[in-house]
Amino acid sequence: MNALKKCHIFYHAVVIAFAALMIYPLVWMVMSSLKESSTIFHTANQLIPANPTLENYVQGWKGFSHTTFATFFLNTAWVALVGTFGTLVSSPLVAYALSRLNFRLRRALFGIVLVTMMLPEQVLMIPQYLWFNSLGWVNTYYPMTVPAFFATHGFYIYLLMNFMSSIPRELDAAAKIDGCSFYSIYGRVILPLSAPAIATVSIFSFIGRWNDYMAPLLYLKRTNKYTVSLALKLFMDNTSSSDYGALFAMSALSLAPIFIIFVTMQRHLTEGVSTTGLKG
Amino acid sequence: MERKSAKNQLSKNPKAFSPRAFSLKAFFNSESVAGHVCAAPFMLGFVAFFVVPMITSLYYSFCNYNIVSPPVWVGLKNFADIFKDPVFYKSLQVTFSFAIASVPMKLLFALAVALILIKGTRLTAFYRAVYYLPSILGSSVAVAILWKRMFSVDGLVNRVLGLRIAWIGDTRTALWVLIILAVWQFGSSMLIFLSSMKQIPSELYEAARVDGAGSVRAFFRITLPMLTPTIFFNLVMQFINGLLVFAQGQIISDGKPMNSTMFYVLHMYQQSFRFGKVGMAAAMGWILLIVVAALTFILFKTRKRWVYDY
Repeated sequence: MNALKKCHIFYHAVVIAFAALMIYPLVWMVMSSLKESSTIFHTANQLIPANPTLENYVQGWKGFSHTTFATFFLNTAWVALVGTFGTLVSSPLVAYALSRLNFRLRRALFGIVLVTMMLPEQVLMIPQYLWFNSLGWVNTYYPMTVPAFFATHGFYIYLLMNFMSSIPRELDAAAKIDGCSFYSIYGRVILPLSAPAIATVSIFSFIGRWNDYMAPLLYLKRTNKYTVSLALKLFMDNTSSSDYGALFAMSALSLAPIFIIFVTMQRHLTEGVSTTGLKG
Repeated sequence: MERKSAKNQLSKNPKAFSPRAFSLKAFFNSESVAGHVCAAPFMLGFVAFFVVPMITSLYYSFCNYNIVSPPVWVGLKNFADIFKDPVFYKSLQVTFSFAIASVPMKLLFALAVALILIKGTRLTAFYRAVYYLPSILGSSVAVAILWKRMFSVDGLVNRVLGLRIAWIGDTRTALWVLIILAVWQFGSSMLIFLSSMKQIPSELYEAARVDGAGSVRAFFRITLPMLTPTIFFNLVMQFINGLLVFAQGQIISDGKPMNSTMFYVLHMYQQSFRFGKVGMAAAMGWILLIVVAALTFILFKTRKRWVYDY
């Protein structure tokens, strides 16, 4: 019995030690952002700041080129929210059509969804840039928001289809007998029942857009339009290598919304990853 | 069925009695039309944001084009230039080295930690979350900045190890900084392994125990074979993602030193947006697409040899 207990303690000790090593860099960044900027690197192996201060946050928030981080955060929130809203309007509808309705193009469209899932955005980088440029969309948020309204993320359609195909068909039939059209079956039966999968999709979509760096880099040219990710990169380029307090403070702050979502919605996230991984 | 539902609506809504409204409603209510209507956003989006851009870029890949002046048809010159460009070969080598080094390590870590965490305790959910966190935050610019500072000459890693190595400035180590960043994000693969381990029927393990197999043997004879479809899926997805690194490479080392971290997509980006060779970059995009497609095809061809389909 005693040996078993020792074994348990050993197990937890190893798992915790490795977990601590994993998240140490993140903790170190947050702790460093609370140190006096000039002391960050010669006290690098000291985790807890001797004199905690919020000075770096005050300095960092001022931003650069007459633009504060308030602007960058608002821009990012706008892009992430509008994009996610677009995804939620379009993706479940398309998933409903592909998973529950019988129509001629259905098989072909499902194949195309799989293709778009495998077709990486990096391959589309130049083609889409040229296309959006000719539409006059450079230096606007349209390239980051409009495509979302057309269910361009095959992955989200696929995830929703997986979920919808587990909803019993009898419900559709019952709704039809009660006089529902195919559209009201979607609105009154399928959509409400898909809430867990929709939650997962919105979290993935929001986090993906919040972290997105490539699209802002390509399309946003004016500082007052920058998102946080692009602003951080420019902030880093403008910061001398000794003054990292403000940069760390803003970096830590940029991760805060995602961290909060992670902590509060963890179940949806992990379930989303697991269920999409099952099929392959 | 259609007539029935139409009738039903008619009785509810007597105003819709004109023959025209009746037929229009019935038309939109047929399953085939409803299917096309609901799938319409995707059809439009596919044409507008995939087909049109890809076709125009195919055209530009045969042109001398820099966005500012109109494109000039040059035939296969862009492709010839790419195959003469030493940095193109270097970027292929860097990208494949990165994927070949990072993906197996990532999957090994994911598998090992999943095996440890499959044993459920009260703290398992918490552990799972901690190991998954880097995957969620890892693609952000903030983490790239953190990584850059951790591996700088006066950074955390040197402080802890008591060294003064320019990890990012040295051609031998720069790529490894990025590989470590990729391996650090093993959490999502780990979650996928965990959930498919839970799908393995426990009768298999009971039967193995009755037959006198130990846990090591059970792992190699039951767990591993049953996981091969998941391993395959992860391998394909991670390998493709590995070939597409861009943001982290651009922020941390920007291809330097001496192109030792010049990833393919980064090279393509620079050709287009730094040197204005848009036609050439469009051609590079098509080459990338062909490489990714060919690789996926080859991986699927090997599937039969080692993946256990049950």
